[in-house]
Amino acid sequence: MAGIVGYGAYVPIYRIKVEDIAKVWGEDAESIKKGLGIREKSVPGKDEDAATIAVEAARNAIRHSGIKATELGAIFTGSESHPYAVKPTATIVSAGIDAGNRLMAADLEFACKAGTAGMQMVIGFVESGMIKYGMAIGSDTSQGRPGDALEYTASAGGAAFIIGKEKKQVIAEILKTVSFTSDTPDFWRREGAGFPSHGGRFTGEPGYFRHITNATKMLLEETGFKPSDFDYAVFHQPNGKFPTMAAAQLGFTTKQIENGLLTPIIGNTYSGASMVGLAATLDIAKPGQKIMVTSFGSGAGSDSFAIEVTDNIDAKRKNLTKIMEMINSRKVYIDYSTYLKNRGSIKKV
Amino acid sequence: MERSSSSLWRKIRSRYDLVGNECKNCGSSYFPPRVVCRKCGRKSKMVEKKFAGDGEIYSITRIRVPPDTFKDEAPYFIGVIKLKEGPMVEGHVLENGIEPKIGTKVRVRFRKMYVEGDEGLIYYQYKFEPV
Repeated sequence: MAGIVGYGAYVPIYRIKVEDIAKVWGEDAESIKKGLGIREKSVPGKDEDAATIAVEAARNAIRHSGIKATELGAIFTGSESHPYAVKPTATIVSAGIDAGNRLMAADLEFACKAGTAGMQMVIGFVESGMIKYGMAIGSDTSQGRPGDALEYTASAGGAAFIIGKEKKQVIAEILKTVSFTSDTPDFWRREGAGFPSHGGRFTGEPGYFRHITNATKMLLEETGFKPSDFDYAVFHQPNGKFPTMAAAQLGFTTKQIENGLLTPIIGNTYSGASMVGLAATLDIAKPGQKIMVTSFGSGAGSDSFAIEVTDNIDAKRKNLTKIMEMINSRKVYIDYSTYLKNRGSIKKV
Repeated sequence: MERSSSSLWRKIRSRYDLVGNECKNCGSSYFPPRVVCRKCGRKSKMVEKKFAGDGEIYSITRIRVPPDTFKDEAPYFIGVIKLKEGPMVEGHVLENGIEPKIGTKVRVRFRKMYVEGDEGLIYYQYKFEPV
């Protein structure tokens, strides 16, 4: 089956701490940190959006893969914060990596799983022989209504994965992918609305947990793998707590998920979340190790992947931008008023 | 800033990917691209050249009284960057905790430059980040 030939992630430099948001709304920061399992989140710069983050991630992926951008036959960009309602982010990415014109491009939206849906589409195109390489991106500058619980987690970031099937290029083979999908009104944003709405506690069991557990169980059944067969697991991470609970329900250990769980330090990057987690896991994975990834997008659905790392991974690391190094080395803390300015909520008059 | 689709479209490769050109006759590099080489005139042999985006700050200033277009951005840094391939490029220098000074190494980033109100185009282009 097709596999990953390169990947890249990008997280903006700005961070805001839970304490700085809680102070504004008179909330208890310690109980929020404990309840959500999050310490701080990334914030886009005033000049960043889902397209700029997608381009930065795509450039890192091209550099890592060693292929030319003009070899890409498809670019799919998944986001719920595309800068234009009509005009694709994927074409901005194609120009931003100088991929030429002989390619298909489209935008996807499926709440937090549009990026992994793009990965499945690219896998299909590569497997069919229609294209040699394709790129799937998950990128978001997600929105949290001021004062809402989501404001503590909705963050910015993204990751790009290049899929191909040339054996000497593949650093991680996709062994199997399955999806579990249903019409579930757990979280939504209407056309033109500035912020999403959600069903509160309803987003948990009928939304996140039902889809994550069913997709993961389907993957395990159809591959014959047990949770213990995987060295690492990555679950969609709307906060730090849900993926830990889902892992325990499914029989995965804390050790299996800790490397791919970045929400506590960067927040929920929405379409980027499970892909950034996979990128962080691939950064440290060794040849022969297996990784299980299950994304989740409200609305709702989960895509689950069984991935096996190949011997090529070490040789390709020379051009890799490691996600944890990027997160730790590029960090500027901002206060709540600067956060509002960056988000465009306040303007100079 | 230009305010038209055609003007934006013509400059996309330069602004997104730092595509300039070089003269094959004398080896001089240019950004933005020139129609003829400044040294060779009609003997110019201009070919496209993509610059990597690495360079160092040649000159830097902090803008505190900006034009209306960037009134929400101020204060911000504008620098002249000497690309490692030779040409000088003017551009925004991002703040990342490293003080941008003359000689500071920079790398290219892809950012929004200007947004045309609530309904117009978004102008993306290169900016530089200290490393």
